[in-house]
Amino acid sequence: MAARTLLSRIRLALWGLVALAAFVAGALLLGHLQEAARQGASLPGAARFGGDFELVDHNGQAFSSEALKGKPHAIFFGFTHCPDICPTTLFEITKHLEELGPKANGLKVFFVSVDPARDTPEHLKNYLSAFDSRITGLTGTQEQVARAIKAYRVFAEKVPTGDDDYTMNHTAIVYLFDGQGTLASTLSWEEDEKTRLAKLTRLADRG
Amino acid sequence: MTNKLSAALALVLTGVAMVAPGQARAGDQAAGVKIEKPWTRVTPPGAKVAAGFMTITNTGSQADRLVGGSVSLAKRIEVHEMSMKDGVMRMNEVANGIEIAPGATVVLKPGGYHLMFLGLTAAPKQGEPVKGKMKFEKAGEMAVEFTVAPLGAKSIGDGDKMTGGHEKDGMDHGSHHMNHGK
Repeated sequence: MAARTLLSRIRLALWGLVALAAFVAGALLLGHLQEAARQGASLPGAARFGGDFELVDHNGQAFSSEALKGKPHAIFFGFTHCPDICPTTLFEITKHLEELGPKANGLKVFFVSVDPARDTPEHLKNYLSAFDSRITGLTGTQEQVARAIKAYRVFAEKVPTGDDDYTMNHTAIVYLFDGQGTLASTLSWEEDEKTRLAKLTRLADRG
Repeated sequence: MTNKLSAALALVLTGVAMVAPGQARAGDQAAGVKIEKPWTRVTPPGAKVAAGFMTITNTGSQADRLVGGSVSLAKRIEVHEMSMKDGVMRMNEVANGIEIAPGATVVLKPGGYHLMFLGLTAAPKQGEPVKGKMKFEKAGEMAVEFTVAPLGAKSIGDGDKMTGGHEKDGMDHGSHHMNHGK
């Protein structure tokens, strides 16, 4: 009886040690990842995002991904026939850029249309006039846009609606790239404003 | 257009008349919905779409469905649901409308259910409520007035002050119900 109790106590203590070891290992790993993030290391798999593209900006000028080299930037995909997330994201980013003020002058933001058939440069320019001037709209031919979509591993698909119309399902993540052209972080719709602003501030500071 | 509309109306009326016997008894409240805080927001220049939101409570004793409606500044309305999964925003038309159980309240809000205003013929302006009609399977049509919130608003009365002082929710409860049966 006594031996049994002792054994189960030992077993309990051992399991306790296992749990502690797991906790310590987890904490160490987390600390390591946070430290890595603080030091500006890129996200896991970051190298797979981004790539060369040729598009057309909202002024009708050719825009090459070459222009992004060495410059921190935010890039996201959307379309203007979007009732909710695209205007909201543009609005939120505008707010953040205003909060950052001149600090964000070196920070470029790109809104790439996944619907080039309807989003002409003129239409994009007009649409974006409601937002911060540091946001550039990009569109192009279907092929050009398809290439950018692929490079950024973005998902985009047409969804037919009534009256021969359509809407789009698309990736709504804002990608943040540092000056080395590496994916540094992302902004998401579900995050609170402070988190998003902190990430943009860090990107602007780090360059 | 008017012909189409009256044809559609006639169809709805016929439909209502057909299901009416069950619900027309002794002035019962079998079908009834309450709409609160209908709102939309300012769109960026040149936008062809807008979204409408509201809170709907089924005050009747049977399930009802929001199936569509119309709004003064758009060619048509669809009932949509937005969802986010793995960073992908998806927009789906809610084919059979939104079902509202008796006594239940459904909130149409950014990021979820919303009315999609398609083919904008004019831009929503702050201080100028937008007139519309919501169509329910059982409760019929109800007139609504959408308050226009600023660009980027996430809820009504969000952020910037609302101009125009339209505090009332624009509803005239009850009196716009269709006359069921009889």
